[in-house]
Amino acid sequence: MAQSMIQTQDLRFSYTALNGLAPVVLDGVDLEIQEGTFVAVLGHNGSGKSTLAKHLNAVLLPTGGKVWVDGMDTVDEEKLLDIRRTVGMVFQNPDNQIVANVVEEDVAFAPENLGIPSEEIRNRVDEALAMVGMSEYATHAPHLLSGGQKQRVAIAGVIAMRPRCLVMDEPTAMLDPVGRAEVLSTIHKLNKEHGITVVLITHHMDEAAQADRLVVMSRGKVIADGLPREVFCQVEKLKSVGLSVPETVELCWQLNQEGLDLPLDALSDEECADALRALFD
Amino acid sequence: MKPILETKKLSHIYSAGTPFEHGALLDVDFTAYRGEYLGIIGHTGSGKSTLTQHLNGLLKPTSGQVLFEGKDIWESKERTRQTRFQVGLVFQYPEYQLFEETIYKDIAFGPRNMKLDEAEVDRRVRQAAAFVGLPDHLLEKSPFELSGGQKRRVAIAGVIAMEPSVLILDEPTAGLDPVGAASILQNIHNYHTAKNATIILVSHSMEEVARTVDRLVVVNDARIPLQGTPREVFAHGSELEAMGLGIPQVTRVFHRLKALGVDIDPSVYTIDQAKAAIMAALKAHGRPGQDSGPSVGKGKGAV
Repeated sequence: MAQSMIQTQDLRFSYTALNGLAPVVLDGVDLEIQEGTFVAVLGHNGSGKSTLAKHLNAVLLPTGGKVWVDGMDTVDEEKLLDIRRTVGMVFQNPDNQIVANVVEEDVAFAPENLGIPSEEIRNRVDEALAMVGMSEYATHAPHLLSGGQKQRVAIAGVIAMRPRCLVMDEPTAMLDPVGRAEVLSTIHKLNKEHGITVVLITHHMDEAAQADRLVVMSRGKVIADGLPREVFCQVEKLKSVGLSVPETVELCWQLNQEGLDLPLDALSDEECADALRALFD
Repeated sequence: MKPILETKKLSHIYSAGTPFEHGALLDVDFTAYRGEYLGIIGHTGSGKSTLTQHLNGLLKPTSGQVLFEGKDIWESKERTRQTRFQVGLVFQYPEYQLFEETIYKDIAFGPRNMKLDEAEVDRRVRQAAAFVGLPDHLLEKSPFELSGGQKRRVAIAGVIAMEPSVLILDEPTAGLDPVGAASILQNIHNYHTAKNATIILVSHSMEEVARTVDRLVVVNDARIPLQGTPREVFAHGSELEAMGLGIPQVTRVFHRLKALGVDIDPSVYTIDQAKAAIMAALKAHGRPGQDSGPSVGKGKGAV
């Protein structure tokens, strides 16, 4: 097990029954995520994707099956701190994740709680803010920042714990296009330049399209797993579980319904335009 | 079409007279016509939320006027109050504003404030719940037992129950998956057609407004630099991108296709239009056997 950053084996989870009914949220999930990869998890609301995310740093514990983080079993209480240090979580709403009145104090919050010496904290805070491109805002008040900037501060707060893996639950859902682009390029940079493993939970098709690997969830199960361009080719399957595909793929697919023969893996604007142009040769 | 809501030279300055003075709206002339489905787009900080908050009197203009049915909404206290009933505003993430013990009471809050009798309140609560697809048996439950998407429906029903002639929704689909988003937009569309209500949809999803609205108003830097039908507005692709807005993906693909030398009108903005444009262009291009099925258009293979 030690090679993979995260491994789940027949992971099952149901919330405790209040009325005798215990809805099954995760229904046998097997996933193996290697260190350094960028994995997007796509699914509709209620598909179990957020519940899965919460299992990846022991916020929730399985009611069946196993989860290992860097080889550590998440039910092992003695390993809890190590697990939380290995995997950092970022949530949807930046306002709920910011606690201090000054950006750098906010980023320092978690390392302070870990009892790290103050000089080391200084280093970590500066480094984390630099990694998310927010150094010049170190002494600003978080509530005066834009949504994208706030989310980058929240990410810096997690980075300051030096996690090897970041699990992000729809980190761009509340942001406008500019904020989304800022946060996404930050996440990609953390992955490519710093080798941090990223698990990005999203329902934005374009975000999923940029990942190394795409996992699609529906009703607590993984229904597709592979390269984004392979997964998006399964248009009918994605539609059947209430997901859409990028507009480029949708257009090619609809044209194919009219009898044309376009490649469904034309994900980017360029690829799609090239494929369409070839029709006119 | 007759105007229902207008602003005349509307300006709003936050923290006037302090070092934080900031003009969120500057001399804005805005019109929403009776019965239209209008989209307002703009990035965060553009002034679009400040504009919508003026439309039902939540904010008072620093200068200029807001007119509802031709009359200044600040003319008298009673007029301001009536405007708030007539112009319903659904905020972003309205599910955080639920507070009552039951869904029924939460939806009834607005109509009761309007001092309607109980029978009328009851009719409106049930009708509003039906508009957003909440079944009757849920009405006596606590709103806090619902999922996020259903809570949002309750919040929207609470505004619909006042039967406003203008319904303004600020990012009603934010954070929802495609199915949830489509279903909320359908609910809004149903209200629009059933009551001939004016709908103002505030969004920063280009694909969403492209599919939904009749007319678009772009807010940028405290002003309205562009407005018109989606087709007219999306023709200004580079300007929109400079405003941090961007254009729908199919529109971008078509601009590129045109640049690649294909004779095609790049002003499409929905998949259906794109599909129709490609099929028409292929026909004009004279592909043999265009209608005869898979033997044609072998994509790259045809080169």
